[in-house]
Amino acid sequence: MREVAILGVAMTRFGISEKTNLEMFAEVGIEAIQKSNLAPKDMGALFFGNCLGAFEEGQLHMAPFAHSELGLPVSAPATRFESACATATVAIRHAALLVAAGVYDIVIAGGTERAAKMGTPLATRTFAMASQAQHESNAGITFPGVFAMAAHMYADKYKVDLSVLKMGMAEVAVKNHYHGAMNPKAHFQKEINVDTVLGSMMVADPLQLFDCCPFSDGAAAVVIAEANKAKDLVEKPIFVAGMGQASCGPLYLQRDITRVRAREESIHQAYTQAGIGPDEVDVAELHDCFTIAEILAIESFGFYEFGKGYDAASRGETRLGGKVVVNPSGGLKAKGHPIGATGAAQVTEIVEQLRGESGARQVEGARVGLVDTLGGDLGTVCNIILRS
Amino acid sequence: MEYPITYQKYEEGLARGEFLALQCKACGSVTFPPMAVCRECSGSEMSPVSLSGKGQVRTFTVVRVAPEGKAPPYIVAMVELDEGPYVIGNLLDLDPDQATMDLMGKEVRLGSRLMKGDIYSIGDAHALTFSLMK
Repeated sequence: MREVAILGVAMTRFGISEKTNLEMFAEVGIEAIQKSNLAPKDMGALFFGNCLGAFEEGQLHMAPFAHSELGLPVSAPATRFESACATATVAIRHAALLVAAGVYDIVIAGGTERAAKMGTPLATRTFAMASQAQHESNAGITFPGVFAMAAHMYADKYKVDLSVLKMGMAEVAVKNHYHGAMNPKAHFQKEINVDTVLGSMMVADPLQLFDCCPFSDGAAAVVIAEANKAKDLVEKPIFVAGMGQASCGPLYLQRDITRVRAREESIHQAYTQAGIGPDEVDVAELHDCFTIAEILAIESFGFYEFGKGYDAASRGETRLGGKVVVNPSGGLKAKGHPIGATGAAQVTEIVEQLRGESGARQVEGARVGLVDTLGGDLGTVCNIILRS
Repeated sequence: MEYPITYQKYEEGLARGEFLALQCKACGSVTFPPMAVCRECSGSEMSPVSLSGKGQVRTFTVVRVAPEGKAPPYIVAMVELDEGPYVIGNLLDLDPDQATMDLMGKEVRLGSRLMKGDIYSIGDAHALTFSLMK
């Protein structure tokens, strides 16, 4: 397999957009191609992420339209990926795999989503479609509900008083908003405190509104190339050191939902390929769709022992300046979560961090970064480890 | 292969008050709701088995912001059945505002109720329910 690198990256501001999915994707796609010192005709293929275009805009089969918006040649196939919230990361992984395999030399990958456009009731309904329809969604489970059940199980399993766990979760939200306030692309650029979280409305016990990421609109894209080509084209190519992806069926088959089995397998693959362990990761963009989700993730990565990660944010260890900076972009919580675009935005953040381009939220001396995206009710996890 | 117990047959079972499950001939694990293969060992030799209908609460939540078409608040729980499978359903007979961590480990009886389908679903269908043992 050939070495693979990332060239240009781009994302829209996340939040509420009046632009269509295709318009948002065109903006970031063209920007990513231009930053790579390339032209649309140089792209060998488009790996395109979108989850809910059918509900957002009545649009299926968006990939070939995105292809035309970018002006790609007919010879460059455009394929849509859908892996719920992990969509764009899975698209990028497959793009990198096919470049590594020598099928393509230069490709573009990313995603777009207009989730806020649907409004909360329809958005909640469509997100719940990523739970098993007959045996989970039918009982009215929601995504906050899934992670709420994980939080209750965590408190019970590790004998952590629920009020103590909730304080640790609130500190995750406070930390991610602190980071997001320094990110001009974030949906929410405003600091909060634990009282903001603990005083907010209950969404799914014990998760309150500020434990939850928002529905957002946005797009992000990255250009990927064989490493030697990348070195010729850009000053600071960022190398794909390791990748992983794993699957695990419906929630009720997973049983102990404090342990995300797909993530444990995926990160093992990525660490093994990269030849590193958790101590070598300087910065992580991980899937904090809910505050408890960040706690589960840092334990899966081996940053913390299982049952010990719940107060990492309280101790400042995952904050800018801490021992491993988690979600300097603001994460899904503050940066926002346009599901089909999220993974590409996480890659964008890590690439910019490793290039030293992140301004006020720059992680000093970051050389190794981890991307983590979770899809559905713990059914898909995809990890990408990048190095400068 | 012929799908051992289809969703339609499972659903008809629920309507009759029966919980159609499968037991693996290789490892003995019980799979419920039914699937094509054993949930533990992927074995495809399974035979129908009936469930005791008893289990324990392993976790829960109270859904207060619901998908369109659902009326919150309601309790969603994950229960470990005595035969081993975990299932997701609605805990009934308890005011959602009274749902606390005390629910963990509580013994429940399995049931089901007909839920109204929406334009995105395949129609009206049963969801599993749980009632606290007195």
